[in-house]
Amino acid sequence: MDLFNLPNPPLSALLSQLLLGLVNGSFYAILSLGLAVIFGLLNVINFAHGAMFMVGAVLTWMGLAYFNAGYWAMLVLAPAIVGLFGMLTERLLLRWIYKLDHLYGLLLTLGFTLLVEGAFRSVYGVSGLTYDTPDALSGATDLGFMFLPNYRAWVVVVSLGICFVTWFLIERTRLGAYLRAGTENPRLVEAFGVNVPLMITLTYGFGVALAAFAGVLAAPVIQVSPLMGQNLIIVVFAIVVIGGMGSIMGAILTGLALGVIEGLTKVVYPEASSTVVFVVMVIVLLIRPAGLFGTQK
Amino acid sequence: MNPMKQITPIAYRLLLVVLIAAPFLGAYPVFVMKLMCFALFASAFNLLLGYTGLLSFGHAAFLGGSAYVAGHAMKVWGLTPELGLLAGTLAGALLGWIFGLLAIRRQGIYFAMITLALAQMLFFIALRAPFTGGEDGLQGVPRGKLFGVIDLRNDLAMYYVLLVIVLAAFLLIARTIRSPFGQVLKGIKENEPRALSLGYDVARYKLLAFVISAALSGLAGSLKTLVLGFATLSDVHWSASGQVILMTLVGGLGTLSGPLVGASVVVVIENKIGEVGQLLAGLTGIEWPHSLGESVTMVMGALFVICVLAFRRGIMGEVIDFAQKRRQGRWGVSQNGSNQPAIRSGGVR
Repeated sequence: MDLFNLPNPPLSALLSQLLLGLVNGSFYAILSLGLAVIFGLLNVINFAHGAMFMVGAVLTWMGLAYFNAGYWAMLVLAPAIVGLFGMLTERLLLRWIYKLDHLYGLLLTLGFTLLVEGAFRSVYGVSGLTYDTPDALSGATDLGFMFLPNYRAWVVVVSLGICFVTWFLIERTRLGAYLRAGTENPRLVEAFGVNVPLMITLTYGFGVALAAFAGVLAAPVIQVSPLMGQNLIIVVFAIVVIGGMGSIMGAILTGLALGVIEGLTKVVYPEASSTVVFVVMVIVLLIRPAGLFGTQK
Repeated sequence: MNPMKQITPIAYRLLLVVLIAAPFLGAYPVFVMKLMCFALFASAFNLLLGYTGLLSFGHAAFLGGSAYVAGHAMKVWGLTPELGLLAGTLAGALLGWIFGLLAIRRQGIYFAMITLALAQMLFFIALRAPFTGGEDGLQGVPRGKLFGVIDLRNDLAMYYVLLVIVLAAFLLIARTIRSPFGQVLKGIKENEPRALSLGYDVARYKLLAFVISAALSGLAGSLKTLVLGFATLSDVHWSASGQVILMTLVGGLGTLSGPLVGASVVVVIENKIGEVGQLLAGLTGIEWPHSLGESVTMVMGALFVICVLAFRRGIMGEVIDFAQKRRQGRWGVSQNGSNQPAIRSGGVR
């Protein structure tokens, strides 16, 4: 027992928790990024984001279990399916509430979440489904000072890549310029001949596809279960409060940073690891109520 | 005369008579007591959402947190029921004060997210803390004797004590809404910048409304523990916060009677949906409704979607609106009552 109570945890334990924190941080980053993009244009806080993350993961599992479609196929297919599904729900449900107060958007997506999670729960129950790491990424690399599990490294790298691509698309391309303009003043953009309703539909689809992508990445590291998105989405909400939804880069950085903080807390004081994000939120609210990257309107 | 003004007192008196007579009409007292606890919870919540326009997504913290405190006080410290309830209510108020202080720093959607996150933090604390019993919850809380005289172990005695307390709390909420304080709250909901420019300390009013709502939710949670004899994690879980939003939404935001109706509808659906499913399966010979009882979450989700898309005024909102329209039809008087959607953004967000 004494081994675990050392005052200074060994370096390798620290580094492996740091990596685990980066993995979680990558999921946080992708999810809060999607939330920010959706909120920017739709003015809806998408409570269903956690459910879409879950659907991405369960689809990955289903792909292998029923259709013999492996990890790499599902890495493309699951986000595509969820994205299309998201566009459909935007057309059928969300469209009707844009003129109402933001709060109705939260309530509608909450109801939608309960429907989706309830449906998956009635089929798969609440116990976890296991999904094996794809062969190409199994094993670990010896870095000398620690063993680096290949899959975790892959998650961090590909997540950062996706985040960068999204940031580049929105901040540096013409399409992104339309999107930013639409966030600023949708009616004016429409007057310039841009099909704003279509843009909204595509944006929602893209946002939830991002969530599903994170879900696929998570399938081999987190136990796949219909309830896996529930607790995650609340943590992501706290992260969004910490970062503010004003900036894409802010959402990414806050997500990663909070993941790392959570990982380090697991080393120093494991009991607090599930609450540390909320504690950080409280501190940020006290010092900088608008959030780290936000501006108070 | 407004027909509603004549009907309303009669309806409330009728409800009271039914509640007094309920144990003798064959209703299961514990079920009706549970229902009343949730009706109080929803009314307290409505004070905040319906009358102040603040969507708290963390009210489970007050319900569940107080349930634990009251349970702990009565079981471990051996306090009498009245002191246990007081401890629970104070705990709710204290939690509400802390949550409120933090959450009112942000508005609108952020307010909802902050309260949700804070409540989730309390959930994790309840999961780990030694005195909550973790996954098992706090079991075997004794009912004891109220003021050392009334033995609450008798379901009937418990029932009437609870009825009196819930009635008093409900009257307090009604009084609060009709008071000048309540009028200021409505003013803040309708147009916050204007209330601010009129010189009202909006933040203080919001905080006070939040504390009152939290304290009464705490009372509801403590009563629930007293009646059922346990406090569990499901009371602090965020789904309880979602549930109380649904109750208020179904019944009618910003109507006094709405939460009572909404709580009844939601609690009855939750408890009886399995039976309804069995009945449907029996009637139609189709196998599927058998599993309806297992999909309560889906039914709740569907209710949410329907309410938000098509039914934003809720049951009592529609009833009141219908009565007002009839009145306008007959007398041709224009009346701007509650026929706007219940949550409106107060100008700048």
